[in-house]
Amino acid sequence: MAWLVVRLAISLSLLYTASAVFEDQVGKFDWREQFIGKVRFALFDTHSQASKKLLVATDKNVFASLNSRTGDLFWRHVDKTGPEGHIDALLMYGQDAVVVVGNGRLLRSWETTVGGLKWEAVLDTGSFQAAALIGVQDFVKYVAVLKKSAISLHDLSSGSQIWVENLPDSDTVQYQTIYSGGNGLVFVLGFVPSSHIVIVEYKIEDGEIMKKKSVEAAWMSSLENSCAVISSGNLLCVDQTTQSLYTLPLQSAEHTEMRQIHLQTLDLEVASGFQPVLTSTQPNPAQPPLAEFFLQLSPDHHILLQLKDDLIAPLRDFNPSYLAAFATSGEKTVAAVMTPKNDTACSINLFSADTGRRHLDTTIIYHMDPNGGKPNRLYVHAFLKKDDSVGYRVMVQTEDLTLTFLQQPGRVVWMREEALADVVTMEMVDLPLTGTQAELEGEFGKKADGLLPMVLKRLSSQFILLQAWMAHLWKLFYDARKPRSSVKNEVTIDTLSRDEFNLQKMMVMVTASGKLFGIDSKSGTVLWKQYLEDIKPDSIFKLIVQRTTAHFPHPPQCTLLIKDKDTGLGSLYVFNPIFGKKSHISVPALPRPVLQTLLLPVIDQDYAKVLLLIDDQYKVTAFPSTKNVLQQLQDTASSVFFYLVDSSQGKLSGFRLRMDLSTELIWEVVIPTEVQKIVAVKGKRANEHVHSQGRVMGDRSVLYKYLNPNLLAVITESTDIHQERSFVGIFLIDGVTGRIVHEAVQRKARGPVHFVHSENWLVYVYWNSKFRRNEFSVLELFEGAELYNSTVFSSLDRPHPPQVLQQSYIFPAPISTLEATLTEKGITSRHLLVGLPSGSILSLPKMFLDPRRPELISEQSREENLIPYAPEMPIRTEWFINYNQTVSRVRGIYTAPSGLESTCLVVVYGLDIYQTRVFPSKQFDVLKDDYDYVLISSVLFGLFFATMISKRLAEVKLLNRAWR
Amino acid sequence: MATIRVFSLILSVLSIITLLWTQSGECNNGRRLGDAVDTDFSGFSVPLEHSFEIDDVPRFRLRGALQFRGGRENGVYLAQNQLSEKDRNTMKDVAAVDGLYRIRVPRVSLQVDRQTEKQSEGYITAFVRACSLVESHLSDVITLHTDVSGNVIGISIVTIPGSCRGIEVEDEVDLEVFNTTISVVAPVTAPVPETAPYIERMDQEMEKKGKNPQEQKSFFAKYWYLILGGAVFLMATSSAQAPPGGAREQS
Repeated sequence: MAWLVVRLAISLSLLYTASAVFEDQVGKFDWREQFIGKVRFALFDTHSQASKKLLVATDKNVFASLNSRTGDLFWRHVDKTGPEGHIDALLMYGQDAVVVVGNGRLLRSWETTVGGLKWEAVLDTGSFQAAALIGVQDFVKYVAVLKKSAISLHDLSSGSQIWVENLPDSDTVQYQTIYSGGNGLVFVLGFVPSSHIVIVEYKIEDGEIMKKKSVEAAWMSSLENSCAVISSGNLLCVDQTTQSLYTLPLQSAEHTEMRQIHLQTLDLEVASGFQPVLTSTQPNPAQPPLAEFFLQLSPDHHILLQLKDDLIAPLRDFNPSYLAAFATSGEKTVAAVMTPKNDTACSINLFSADTGRRHLDTTIIYHMDPNGGKPNRLYVHAFLKKDDSVGYRVMVQTEDLTLTFLQQPGRVVWMREEALADVVTMEMVDLPLTGTQAELEGEFGKKADGLLPMVLKRLSSQFILLQAWMAHLWKLFYDARKPRSSVKNEVTIDTLSRDEFNLQKMMVMVTASGKLFGIDSKSGTVLWKQYLEDIKPDSIFKLIVQRTTAHFPHPPQCTLLIKDKDTGLGSLYVFNPIFGKKSHISVPALPRPVLQTLLLPVIDQDYAKVLLLIDDQYKVTAFPSTKNVLQQLQDTASSVFFYLVDSSQGKLSGFRLRMDLSTELIWEVVIPTEVQKIVAVKGKRANEHVHSQGRVMGDRSVLYKYLNPNLLAVITESTDIHQERSFVGIFLIDGVTGRIVHEAVQRKARGPVHFVHSENWLVYVYWNSKFRRNEFSVLELFEGAELYNSTVFSSLDRPHPPQVLQQSYIFPAPISTLEATLTEKGITSRHLLVGLPSGSILSLPKMFLDPRRPELISEQSREENLIPYAPEMPIRTEWFINYNQTVSRVRGIYTAPSGLESTCLVVVYGLDIYQTRVFPSKQFDVLKDDYDYVLISSVLFGLFFATMISKRLAEVKLLNRAWR
Repeated sequence: MATIRVFSLILSVLSIITLLWTQSGECNNGRRLGDAVDTDFSGFSVPLEHSFEIDDVPRFRLRGALQFRGGRENGVYLAQNQLSEKDRNTMKDVAAVDGLYRIRVPRVSLQVDRQTEKQSEGYITAFVRACSLVESHLSDVITLHTDVSGNVIGISIVTIPGSCRGIEVEDEVDLEVFNTTISVVAPVTAPVPETAPYIERMDQEMEKKGKNPQEQKSFFAKYWYLILGGAVFLMATSSAQAPPGGAREQS
């Protein structure tokens, strides 16, 4: 007995260490990509020449430092989502980066080398308007923050507030800009729409108002967008309606009116309907800005102008030009302008800011991606070369959120696909067969043409296979002699082929910006990308795999349904998921809003599954809609059912397809919206396999599972949010007959509810508002000891309601998302993958979520391997599948089966993307990495020779005996 | 197993993800009623209507009245008429073309005090295949589902047996009277984590352990010689050969 205990302890400890990842397995089958999102502010560290830092702040509330040589992240800070973590402004001076966060709630200073927080100051309430660095006598000492009704000045080195002043008449005047030219004064500029501009002058030392004046400006509609301060305190504004520029010296007392300069006098004209943009530059916050500025007259027309002796003179006209930006290195300020070269390329040139003269040999050619969007932001990093001339690199951001870093003469140093920070939905598609495999496969597809040619064809294809195998062996032998690091198979779109166990797949990802990606699941390399233009923000996407790779020579086919959020109108985009090419199949027009889509197992003659789209008049459109398909639909119409959910009215309704592709209402369930609201409806995954139909009990009888493929899990939340009366409702409804199979209420519970619906179980997580904790609950459905009809399941013929077992557990952590593992045949035990807000992914054995866990251990429960009930769910650190590779803001987990029964592919997406494999029942069908081939083969050979020798010896002995 | 799935999928395929819809559903164009219902003094009654038509366009007729007795659990009783000669023939014809037999009830609240309040609009409907109803000799089970506050949210009808085998029902008498089992089902309260019994059980176990002085000895005190032996054995074996496990890559 004692021995048993010890052995058990040892084997258990071994078991647990084996379930985690070994140190040398790190990165072997998993990878992580980190993203930042759409760049809103980007600043190059010009503090020292050798600096490689690029500071960025993005719309995903991320503040990060990139290595400008490689594009990798030095460090990254992910703030809260939503307006609370919104980054309002980014300023940089020397080693410090000052960030205003959360609509002017916090002011933070970061040390840029390691990304450490230097100080943080909480600001007074009020909506943020502007922030600026303030310099005194060539030194930048302060940072000023302008709110709607107050201005405050903070010390740059400590963050302490120097002074805060209320702005005069802040209820009528909209203050929008701060300006300081390093002469001890801070100007706050505001305006009253269509009336006048207000200029308030503050003394830096104590915040005393030195002067306040208002200047007539009836044409003004916005200060922020149409005005800029240039050359020692001249306010410059541009107005489209009057086609004029206006100037005003800020400090002089005598001017009470802005001086108007008609653009006509400069031979310029603003394109109609375009809001002209002024771009000025202030290289050093302690000194006045330059006298030169850019004026953008139309989307592709910029002009460089100069203010000199109260006169505005054009320096250089850039027509056409897409983007223009200033950059400063040392004492030299340059302007970089991107001009179109031809349809696919742009050229970027450098001009000196003060003269407008072009620098020689500074052209960078930027090749536009034909599958990408147009460039829309240009960031320039200028530096002084050894011969004192100015060199530069540029970062271009495009509409599809690609960041491209270029250097002369057009070499792409690095590229980042920031659209991947916002993945909406994804699918995994098997890779195609190799050429030789396809050759063999194609043989079966072709029509038979006689016995002899078939034999010859078979022989020839087998010969090709043999050849390929020899080549493979040779390559293996050749590679084995090379050091491991140098053998690195670059994955390209041409070398893509399925591996032996189908572990490598194509990940098709759809992002919120409307860009599609094809990513190799083994390495994370982006193999193709396609930007869909004219996608409205907040569109709803649904990706459907209509034809898999299994139907050679037909290419696989994916269909993306894009649905507008407001109008509900949809459109279809059909493409090949392996190569990303748009398919030339004609797609049906969808003139009415799409309510529901339905992928039928009915296939057309090209092996594409039929997709049904139901519009708001309950008419059905089939895609593809060939004659063959319509015929099949007519034959099966009476057995095609679908359901619709209207959460605003709490109505679930079921429809049946008619022969003429119209539909009829057959059931209705109405959950009154006054009491509860439907928050989610989920069916089961169509590609899920259940291996065993029942569970063997301790007494050797079988408890059959209730495996209804049409079962829907409907989750509701109560409208009453009082913590004693709030509840979460769980309805299990048959999607064909509308029968409510089970109805349960979780009292004193609140959402958000995350749930997984699979096999015969439903697992959901809710917030217990009484005990203030997260709880897991599991529901399992059983038919009982006998199956009603063991050959086929039909929702129409299952009169007896299932037995429902339920149990709940405490989960000691918050949860962001929940998913279950999926394997090829469903033999492997299931695990739940729980995404935690901390960025860890927990692989929780389903065994722990079993409503049959007994209170008291009995002989039978031990026989069944049931774990005794414990109210708290354990979290073991070795269950974290992503060790230290945390995934920020997990939004979804995608699981796909591989060719190996033991292995499930997992992709976790959020701000980052993490791909790995999980083995819920360990790798029972794979030899270990460190399997001792030498030992086993030497033992085998040894035994073989031993038998040979002993046989020989025995023979000799027998012979000797016979002679005796 | 695979065939089961394929069959069931073909029988009824449902898409996985629902696109929420905003348009209101169209109403059944059956005639409205409510006035003709006789009311019981102790509770109230609700009409149960049914429809079975050859052309499969629902035309609901009164089948019976559901009588609810206020206060008592499962206090529901169904008073229903016999099927007329014409109805019986229609029913058989509908069954022959695999038509549907539909039932519906208005959306009501089962709490008596709520009866006076404004009634919600519309009906809830369910169906069963007419052939299974005929073959089961009109034996059906009707279940009304309510939500937490007693509103009827769903109705379900199943026949026992539920299959359609194509058996001819010759005897007209079998199709005259409904043999109905009716019940009202309220949502069950889902269990919460059971901490109290668990703690109690733990305490009991602790007590049990406390009683037995033999058990009080710690693990090491009891098995020190085994652990020592094991450790020596492990040390001897581990020094003899390289440590196993994924410590080093082989290739």
